Amino acid sequence: MSQKYLMKGNEALAEAAIRAHCRHFFGYPITPQTEVAAYMAKRMPKIGGTYLQAESEVAAINMVLGAASAGARAMTSSSSPGISLKTEGISYIAASDLPALIINVMRGGPGLGGIQPSQSDYWQATRAPGHGDAQLLVYAPSSVQEMVDLVIRAFETGEKYRCPAMLLADGMLGQMMEPVSFPDEIALPASKPWALTGTGEKRRPNIINSLYLTPSQLEEIVRKRFERYELIKQNEVLWDSYRLEDAEYMVVAYGATARICKAAVEIAREMGVKAGLFRPVTLWPYPTSQLAECAKKVSRILCVEMSMGQMVDDVRLAVNGTCPVSFYGRTGGIVPTPEEIAQQITALAAAKA
Amino acid sequence: MAVIFQKTKGLTDCETHYCPGCTHGIVHRLVAECLEELGVLGKTVGVCPVGCAVMAYDYFNCDMVEAPHGRAPAVATGIKRVQPGNVVFTYQGDGDLAAIGTAETIHAATRGENITVIFINNAIYGMTGGQMAPTTLPGQVTQTTPYGRDTGYSGFPVKVCELLQNVDGVAFAERTAVNTVAHIRQAKAAIKKAFTCQLEGRGFSIVEVLSTCPTNWGMTPVEALGWVEEKMIPYYPLGNFADRDVHRKPEGENV
Ligand SMILES: Cc1ncc(C[n+]2csc(CCOP(=O)(O)OP(=O)(O)O)c2C)c(N)n1
Ligand code: SF4
Repeated sequence: MSQKYLMKGNEALAEAAIRAHCRHFFGYPITPQTEVAAYMAKRMPKIGGTYLQAESEVAAINMVLGAASAGARAMTSSSSPGISLKTEGISYIAASDLPALIINVMRGGPGLGGIQPSQSDYWQATRAPGHGDAQLLVYAPSSVQEMVDLVIRAFETGEKYRCPAMLLADGMLGQMMEPVSFPDEIALPASKPWALTGTGEKRRPNIINSLYLTPSQLEEIVRKRFERYELIKQNEVLWDSYRLEDAEYMVVAYGATARICKAAVEIAREMGVKAGLFRPVTLWPYPTSQLAECAKKVSRILCVEMSMGQMVDDVRLAVNGTCPVSFYGRTGGIVPTPEEIAQQITALAAAKA
Repeated sequence: MAVIFQKTKGLTDCETHYCPGCTHGIVHRLVAECLEELGVLGKTVGVCPVGCAVMAYDYFNCDMVEAPHGRAPAVATGIKRVQPGNVVFTYQGDGDLAAIGTAETIHAATRGENITVIFINNAIYGMTGGQMAPTTLPGQVTQTTPYGRDTGYSGFPVKVCELLQNVDGVAFAERTAVNTVAHIRQAKAAIKKAFTCQLEGRGFSIVEVLSTCPTNWGMTPVEALGWVEEKMIPYYPLGNFADRDVHRKPEGENV
């Protein structure tokens, strides 16, 4: 664990996936995730792995579906417009109870949007990662080291519950360079008796599908999957906080924005406003009860995002009216400054006084 | 008592849901027999389409996965890249393969992906109740071409084997039919060649099978067999379109 490397976020996450025994990567070029694919293209052939450039994101995610059904730890990586194309495959992967990792290095949208950092795919990731009643584990790193740690965790948790996982990063984290270290040893994936490996004429055929034409059967399957989702909600929530102990004003932010909010909290405190930060690390499952608990101890909440306000819905659901929630956001690829956010915090304090 | 005929081990005992007289069943049997005869049933993974064959995972006696509509060649690519030693095949209709999945088909072919594609051309969308397919013949009446396919308006049918013939990654491409006993024999030989081609690592192989859809053509099963002979074969000539080894590296290519 001790050795430190100076790496770009996108490269660090790719290296983490390789160290986590992922040997199958399927992609399609798009900014700002390009380095992930480039890194894989370089490394995979040297270690007997597969890097394949697909004809589209639609094909790439379906190659992941195939590789995952064959039992491999498989992944794909893209950015916002590409993720829209992958949603079909993500729905099928979720419905087929397959684990797989999808990276979204978010950029500004909608449409072709821009190529600068953004957080405007929160709803897509947490609400509608594809059609149907399905969820996706969603991890939101806020440092390069966390990119590494969460990639490993995403693979392991996805396999444990047999569901797809997404690492929701943004262009800023992807491009940022920071020192990182990798765990010395990462456990090999557990055996997958359900995988399509050929029967060897020794067992009955394994079937992986998502079609259930009898409504009662489909309902039963979906309900069973939601029982697993309940377990995920109980066991897999991750969150972090900064200077919340004595805070009167709580900022809620995730990903790269949370780093900027940390600096903003410092500035606000220098100006005499007791601010603190709550940072969800899993966006689904959302740290709802944890946030509700923290909300009891503050007088105002400010949610900050690089979007027009998406996660703020979850903040409001968690807080459930016990304390006022305001929102501040920049969009289109504009990254807010710590000063800008500090001003929002102090304005809240002034409004209350 | 001597056994003179028995059902192939390549099919399960599950009763199929195909309409009476539909030739999907014949093609299933040919594929299953070839897998059994080649002794590869235990190392085969099949990919089902979205179309009438969507439930083929219940019929083939090997590991099976169901792909989204048109994506079977991409799913098969993922499987094959994980298990290059296994036999991987897709079974797809014309809407699946030549409309929504055109990109996946062409690019699996250009990569010379070492998989086998069984392509059912019945000139119609069977499962959704008989709409125009990319292979619907000029003038053919379907639910969505009620006055007959007007090529000036809806365009021309896609000739898949002719298209793939010019793709360098295609090792084997043959068009067959299952409307007569002689054609069925030829179809089986082609399917076996395609799987053999995969076993030899020669590249992408595809067998197009002209098939019937009596239900949506509005014909009796016998009339439907005749329609294949009279209308389909003249437009889609039977025969071999490619038989080569695409994975022999050109001089100087460093891999
Ligand atoms: C994304 C998507 N679009 C449309 C459909 C509806 N659909 C189901 S089967 C089918 C056509 C299948 O026709 P074909 O591939 O020719 O196979 P056949 O049923 O004739 O064997 C369509 C359009 C679907 N299931 N998914
Ligand atoms: S609808 Fe047509 S293709 Fe489908 S099973 Fe019936 S006859 Fe066969």
